[in-house]
Amino acid sequence: MATDNIMKVNLKVWRQAGPKEKGGFVTYENVETTPDTSFLETLDILNESLIEKGEEPIVFDHDCRDGICGMCSLYINGHPHGPATGATTCQLYMRRFKNGETITVEPWRSAAFPVLKDLMVNRNAFDQIQQAGGYVSFNCGGAQDANAIPISKVDADEAMDSATCIGCGACVAACKNGSAMLFVSAKVSQFALLPQGRVEAAKRVKAMVAKMDELGFGNCTNTRACEAECPKRISISNIARMNREFLCAKLKD
Amino acid sequence: MATIDSKIPEGPIAEKWTNYKAHQKLVNPANKRKLDIIVVGTGLAGASAASTLAEMGFNILNFCIQDSPRRAHSIAAQGGINAAKNYQNDGDSVYRLFYDTVKGGDYRAREANVYRLAEVSNNIIDQCVAQGVPFAREYGGLLANRSFGGAQVSRTFYAKGQTGQQLLLGAYSSLNRQIKAGKVKSYNRYELHDIVMVDGRARGIIAKNLVTGEFERFAAHAVVLATGGYGNTYFLSTNAMGCNCSAAIAAYRKGAYFANPSYVQIHPTCIPVHGDKQSKLTLMSESLRNDGRIWVPKKIEDAKKLQKGEIKGSDIPEEDRDYYLERRYPAFGNLVPRDVASRAAKERCDKGFGVNNTGLAVFLDFSEAINRLGIDVVRQRYGNLFDMYEEISDVNPGEFAREINGVKYYNPMMIFPAIHYTMGGLWVDYELQTSVKGLFAIGECNFSDHGANRLGASALMQGLADGYFVLPYTIQNYLSDQITVPRFDPNSKEFIDAQKKCEAEQDALMKIKGKRSVDSIHKDLGHIMWEYVGMGRTKESLETALTKLKELRKEFETNLFIPGKEEGMNVELDKAFRLKDFIMMGELIARDALSRNESCGGHFREEYQTEEGEAKRDDENYFYVGCWNYQGDDNKEPELLKEPLKYEAIKVQTRNYKS
Repeated sequence: MATDNIMKVNLKVWRQAGPKEKGGFVTYENVETTPDTSFLETLDILNESLIEKGEEPIVFDHDCRDGICGMCSLYINGHPHGPATGATTCQLYMRRFKNGETITVEPWRSAAFPVLKDLMVNRNAFDQIQQAGGYVSFNCGGAQDANAIPISKVDADEAMDSATCIGCGACVAACKNGSAMLFVSAKVSQFALLPQGRVEAAKRVKAMVAKMDELGFGNCTNTRACEAECPKRISISNIARMNREFLCAKLKD
Repeated sequence: MATIDSKIPEGPIAEKWTNYKAHQKLVNPANKRKLDIIVVGTGLAGASAASTLAEMGFNILNFCIQDSPRRAHSIAAQGGINAAKNYQNDGDSVYRLFYDTVKGGDYRAREANVYRLAEVSNNIIDQCVAQGVPFAREYGGLLANRSFGGAQVSRTFYAKGQTGQQLLLGAYSSLNRQIKAGKVKSYNRYELHDIVMVDGRARGIIAKNLVTGEFERFAAHAVVLATGGYGNTYFLSTNAMGCNCSAAIAAYRKGAYFANPSYVQIHPTCIPVHGDKQSKLTLMSESLRNDGRIWVPKKIEDAKKLQKGEIKGSDIPEEDRDYYLERRYPAFGNLVPRDVASRAAKERCDKGFGVNNTGLAVFLDFSEAINRLGIDVVRQRYGNLFDMYEEISDVNPGEFAREINGVKYYNPMMIFPAIHYTMGGLWVDYELQTSVKGLFAIGECNFSDHGANRLGASALMQGLADGYFVLPYTIQNYLSDQITVPRFDPNSKEFIDAQKKCEAEQDALMKIKGKRSVDSIHKDLGHIMWEYVGMGRTKESLETALTKLKELRKEFETNLFIPGKEEGMNVELDKAFRLKDFIMMGELIARDALSRNESCGGHFREEYQTEEGEAKRDDENYFYVGCWNYQGDDNKEPELLKEPLKYEAIKVQTRNYKS
């Protein structure tokens, strides 16, 4: 399975010492890797060589390396999570790149996600939006039997598709308006589709949208860049559903 | 020698938990407001405990090393969560789930804890559905189930191949509600460095702010660790890159016993290692074994051709395939527990039947399922896993390969066992309290429920059981006499001293100024552990490991290099702290494995096996929990204490998955 073909790439990476420091690109030439090595492992290889030289390694967020935790970010060659569709940066393999290619690596580009160091950004705004209403108000212990309310498979599957969002922030980074609508609408949709979430649906959508606006995220102009770049292929029909939920809720005010 | 009191309640097994709850001490609502609890970790156990305790009225300080509580490693669990609902009417019950878990754990778990786990399993499903977790459903609108290893019933609830994600997002949503209510204070990108003791009780922690690089002091009436397992001791594992055992080791250094460290789970279905630059291993869910069949060639010459790349798996016809799990274990077939499946794969590969260029892989094949159900149904069940596999290995397991004698063959997956989960952990009593007063451990971090081997879909069950339904009760029994204890001052001497100690340790690490990076030493640690303390262990291999680990510790202490400064963010420095504890953990695992002269579950000593190659337990001499007690100094050998196991409900016997 393992191909031992060595390939070399040039990595043009954004380096920034701290949130308030001025950053800039540094190009690292001829980084040796193989097509079966992942992109993040290639960054590991580069980092090892930097440490050997006594330099500080490039800081980037990553954790599960299984495409599910949403920790990894990175703008690679102008695309959030790089050139592969439906995959996160950690699921990107070097066979997607050409031998000798120069690969540009940047942090998420969004005012709502300030850079902490190098390629690492602060996505705390996403947590704040979830805290505004991304839950069912229900205390542990009082639940009825799980099968007491049948839920149509179609609705359950659709709720699951919305719930698949990993909160990585690619949608915001991809959007020219820096809008968080795809992220917010995914959570609003999941709960709006389920009877357990319906009870607070109106209150929830208003609270989450208000928080999103307050935090300075932009508006949606239907460019669909978010959907195209989403590593979990979250559909923009979620945004349509959120708009409907929001409108209905506001009309009742 | 200290005595061990597991505090198991009186009465028949089915009544113990009820009796406990009926007689335990509680804290009244007005007093709950006066009490603070630190919860470290935001995985299934940590998030569910933090939110539930906050709902009850306690004030919670909740810490995680990731940038958001939602990213804890529970998120990566794929397959499902067990519960004894018996919705399938296939003969399941609380007793059967209890029995399967004890048997799956090779009779090394504590009976009373496991029964309680099975008892609350049904509440978990109710709780999660009420939270809006979108579990898979049948067309009639009721919940769907599938089968997992070690069970003959379908009791696993799931949400596609992302069950851990959905359950964690459920717990995270409850946590968010409490953060908004001001009952939980959430500290992201913080890492625990020490536990602060005041008058012999855990009263706070020193945590490092990973962004500013500052150590900070936090005080509370009790401390709960939900910090996961120690699988990354082996460097390559299915754990996330940040998973570490430093919080557990900090507790161990404070006198919390470390129980059964040698019980490490090696998961049979992971993508094989491809090169020395690899950073982690990818799990392919156990659910694949519902329809996938595991095999290697019958003929050694076919295996040799596969290893040279001259033929592909799909070139080998049915009659030349050895479905070795179905052959050896007819009753459970491909659904034997993980330890059994992993060892069987190793046995075939050791005999030369491995199917890739390294000889360390077996096939997981869906041809039969695709021919039976059609590709659409199979993709509906496992599509996301097929895609994940293709992205990594460039092979699509659902793709038609060729037809031989009228039988259609599809590309098989290649899999091999990898470190996945650790059954051992901090020793806790029935109340989930460690041997340090006021210090609790929940989820994978503790040792309590899985014995020597965990069954699939039971980790999620245990994490949520501890967090939602067990700890919120039992911690009150401890806190009930603490209501008059005023809040602690994090500026008191104990806290300041603890912080100074952390800073001194940091100085010492920075001053080594050797030549080797953290990762390069960690890889050496991984090699030692996998080679000598891996799937098959011997007295000699373990003694070799202990010698090599000693040398490695020396190498770490004298030749480590950390670039950058102490001030501000320094990820290499943070990794160095973790590696120091991984080396200590490695020694603990090897020491425990050496002391246990038997084979059980995930601990396989090659000297102790049956003629058929099955694990051979020694119940006469090793029917106990091995608890390691720190002796005040990293260089002193820890003392082994034993908690004898007492089985009242289940007859201890040899595990049998054959008939």
